[in-house]
Amino acid sequence: MSSAGLGKTYADGEVIVRQGETGDCMFAIQKGQLEVVKHSKDGEARVAVLEEGEIFGEMAIFEREVRSATVRALGEARVLTVDKKTFLRRIQEDPSLAFNLVQMMSRRIRRLSGEIADLRPGSVPRSQDTLALTEAERQIERRKRPDRRVNSDRRTGERRRGTERRGVASASAKKD
Amino acid sequence: MKLGARTGGQSRGIATYFEEASERLALEDGSRVGVIGGGPAGSFFAYFALKMARSAGIDISVDVYEARLFDQRGPAGCNHCGGVVSESLVQLLATEGINLPPTVVRRGIESYVLHTDVGRVLINTPLEEKRIAAVYRGNGPKESEPVEIAGFDRFLLDLAISAGANVVRKLVTGFDWDHGRPQIMTPDGAESTYDLVAVAAGVNSHIVKTLNSRDADYQPPETLRAFISEFHLGEATINECLGNSMHVFLLDLPRLEFAALIPKGEFATLCLLGDDVDEELIESFLATREVKACFPGNVVPAPVCHCFPRINVRAAVRPYADRIVWIGDSGVNRLFKDGIGSAYRTAKAAAKTVVFRGISRADFERGFWPECRNLIMDNWIAKLIFGVTTLIQRVRFLRRGVLRMTALEQQREGRKRLMSSVLWDVFTGSAPYKEILLRTFHPMFPLRLAWNLVAGNVVRTKEQGVREEAQ
Repeated sequence: MSSAGLGKTYADGEVIVRQGETGDCMFAIQKGQLEVVKHSKDGEARVAVLEEGEIFGEMAIFEREVRSATVRALGEARVLTVDKKTFLRRIQEDPSLAFNLVQMMSRRIRRLSGEIADLRPGSVPRSQDTLALTEAERQIERRKRPDRRVNSDRRTGERRRGTERRGVASASAKKD
Repeated sequence: MKLGARTGGQSRGIATYFEEASERLALEDGSRVGVIGGGPAGSFFAYFALKMARSAGIDISVDVYEARLFDQRGPAGCNHCGGVVSESLVQLLATEGINLPPTVVRRGIESYVLHTDVGRVLINTPLEEKRIAAVYRGNGPKESEPVEIAGFDRFLLDLAISAGANVVRKLVTGFDWDHGRPQIMTPDGAESTYDLVAVAAGVNSHIVKTLNSRDADYQPPETLRAFISEFHLGEATINECLGNSMHVFLLDLPRLEFAALIPKGEFATLCLLGDDVDEELIESFLATREVKACFPGNVVPAPVCHCFPRINVRAAVRPYADRIVWIGDSGVNRLFKDGIGSAYRTAKAAAKTVVFRGISRADFERGFWPECRNLIMDNWIAKLIFGVTTLIQRVRFLRRGVLRMTALEQQREGRKRLMSSVLWDVFTGSAPYKEILLRTFHPMFPLRLAWNLVAGNVVRTKEQGVREEAQ
């Protein structure tokens, strides 16, 4: 990656945060993709793929809990650290700084609620129309970003669709 | 019939409230906002005002008056500035969802090199991460090759456009009042009346001086002349000579307050701040051994581009009135550092005020002015800190002690970086000056400094990382 980018460059598979560790910062993805992996006694499971522009690790800013999952690079990625101290100092003077974070967390809660509803026994899986709408919403979000990269978005979209297909298949299999 | 007159007593208060509310100056659906200047302050203001108004359910329109699109190389597309986005601002923008892409960041800065006549020391960021952005305000220096880059100001203006701002590519030639509402005039004779005008024209524009504002006690900020120049070195030479470090000079030269060499792509930007920088000061600075050592073959090449912009060194008086607010450089700024950060802070404070409070003088007094006052108070502390920095610049005995203490902190893993963190934040402008001052009250700080003053001047051991050069 060029000298022009901000943040720290992580190689494919390199861990940015580890589940169970204490944290005092959050992160903003500058370039590339990251995967969020949850470890349990049954092994590890990928719970999400994070994209360029997304923020993660914000729970460490607001509560004194350990990291809830491991996040590692999916291909080469560049990530910027946001210090808890810098953020909390500024948020005292400008509470509206939290607005973007609240919006992002709200979107995540909405998505997780949908996924939980799909996984409950007897629930009707979300239709392809609903999934298409979710993808359309994501595309609108991506368009809002000032630095758009068509190729990266296309690649990302393909990966996402693959992930979602697997998600639907897995949900159906569980119901069966 | 007045509610208060009919019901009397406590209701009078309610009636007064409603009367005041009906007369309140506030933005409402269909309100028009004019912004003079499309630099960082103007673009941030337009972006946040539109975003906040949308979240509050108010439909407003924002016109940003900016004759340039910042896509020309050289002075025509440039806003004459060192072009450093501070560590704290990079983080805050990321939190706001504004990430600076590599096409805008010409180099990510991960360390500082402090040059003095008694040696130099490398100060690394604790996380070893590039969190300071070296950017061009325009589209690169004069004579630079056209490349796939975007200027920082263009990036922010695009951001404002994406939020719904309309850019009016005209110079503002006049300003007046039309039945109590601000009016902007352009060279084609057009006159546009607005509900609110935000002035973000900087201190180098004629419009700040010519603005006449009825009922406004506004007085423009005091300024000093700075010097900025660009040297073409090529990317390989930059990597070899300067790397990803910003080079800061603490040299005993009269009238020099601060000097920095900032690597950017194929160029290095030299930024000199001081008491009215002139040719004589520039020549004596470029002739020093410490500066020459930063260039290949110890020879300073001829600059390809240079300018003498004025910088805000004392806040404007009362930068607000009914329906008008001054933001960025034309209002209040941090002393010598983080001008873009100050633009972000004052622009956002003004945007919050106009959307959630109102646009009267009293609203700005309560919502916008506290943010400005914080910056002004911090600048008083900055004067004290820069006074100490000047003392260190003048007294070699002090320079040796400071340099030794910093070098040892950088070498030893796990050692609390007291002096390094103070110098880092003084140079980067990342933390408020008050916080920097408080850090020097750490009990170990004076003890360690005293020991290093003795050891650096009497014992005179030579640690790795400190290059003491014979005079």
